[in-house]
Amino acid sequence: MGKKSLISIGDFSKEEILHVLETAREFEQNKEQKFLEGKVIASLFFEPSTRTRLSFETAINRLGAKVIGFSDASNTSQSKGETLKDTIKMVSNYVDMIVMRHPLEGSSRYASEVASVPVVNAGDGANQHPSQTLLDLYSIMQTQGRLDSLTINMVGDLKYGRTTHSLLQAMSHFNPKFIFTSPEELKMPKEYKTFLDSKGIAYEETTSLEDHLNDCDILYMTRVQQERFTDPMEYERVKDVYRLSASMLTDVKENMKILHPLPRITEIDQDVDDTPYAYYFKQAENGLYVRMAIISYLLGYR
Amino acid sequence: MANNTTNKELVVSALENGTVLDHIPADKVYKALDILNLKGVENQITIGINLSSRAQGKKGIIKIADKFFEDEELNKLALIAPKATVNVIRNFEVVEKKTLTMPEEIVGIAKCMNPKCITNHQPIKTRFTTIDNGNEISLLCHYCEKISDTRGIL
Ligand SMILES: [Zn+2]
Repeated sequence: MGKKSLISIGDFSKEEILHVLETAREFEQNKEQKFLEGKVIASLFFEPSTRTRLSFETAINRLGAKVIGFSDASNTSQSKGETLKDTIKMVSNYVDMIVMRHPLEGSSRYASEVASVPVVNAGDGANQHPSQTLLDLYSIMQTQGRLDSLTINMVGDLKYGRTTHSLLQAMSHFNPKFIFTSPEELKMPKEYKTFLDSKGIAYEETTSLEDHLNDCDILYMTRVQQERFTDPMEYERVKDVYRLSASMLTDVKENMKILHPLPRITEIDQDVDDTPYAYYFKQAENGLYVRMAIISYLLGYR
Repeated sequence: MANNTTNKELVVSALENGTVLDHIPADKVYKALDILNLKGVENQITIGINLSSRAQGKKGIIKIADKFFEDEELNKLALIAPKATVNVIRNFEVVEKKTLTMPEEIVGIAKCMNPKCITNHQPIKTRFTTIDNGNEISLLCHYCEKISDTRGIL
């Protein structure tokens, strides 16, 4: 088998997605499986992201491999003008795999083309973050017992929010129904709706959070990210539009779970944390098992 | 050439051997030269711009002496001149007429419109998949996965 990288969720087939989720479940049951002892994995964070980096580095350690790398690029040869290609070629010589995050979009795809070892994209600007998507899928499967025929209500910034776009792509394998709850300014882009039309997948759009709280299986909340806006007035208009509180959850489906890629700001009240519907902290923990599964799959071990 | 004197257009531009690219939008002629890598070549090149055309209003035409192209090279022109026609001339005669086919992938000749795309910051050859929306072409960047229009070409 040639080297396989994970850059965008579309790089994995439905079978590969299910395989990785199955493996993640094994890791959740047994976290100590050090079959990567003797391996070295590079963790290259060209922009800081403590949450994602700690999750990946913990996964690497749990598998028994060693980590080298950096947590922000300000002190590296990149900041002295070395090209990304040269950095990746040099690091490739030392390690068995590269995990990388970079502020520029497409950087991980490019790195995977110049690297001699597998590359895992841990976020390239606003483009892709496939391990987040896989941990979302894992969380859906763990809470619902299945992925097929579920109703997913995506809430918030559906225009710039990459997590919703990738989740939509990945869920399209599993006959879902979508609700898109967003302000007019942040609606799901046309290209994704065209994609759903082409696959015969149903969706509804609304601006009201109350509209579809009671008929969804998954409520996927997102944060409105200031840095994605070029127009500060637009951001001011939409930043606080949705606020989910415990009192709004009296008639929801019993199996309904609330997911959120975290960090949250004001879109989920603290009082929601104590309801049986809150799953976002467990969701973040699931990232560890899913990342262990991704790494072992790409290195040919599981 | 004596038998051509009745037709002025042909007199100035008759080719013994080479390629005539016709029906290029008048404002795309220089881009067409770039795309076909004709800058700095030794061949004799005749260019016509703002010629009147029944179908297009104003058109452009390029005649290149002693040069024959692979279809793959010519098809790159479909991005800026989808209605262009190609006449292959040998011994003053049109021996072949071709129309262009949109290539599925284009490498190196377009710029990604996304300012945060890695290809705009590092020395990387761009790669796009072409998407035909019926009346216009858009380009899906292989790297940043964003869609550009064809204004970014060259
Ligand atoms: Zn791009």
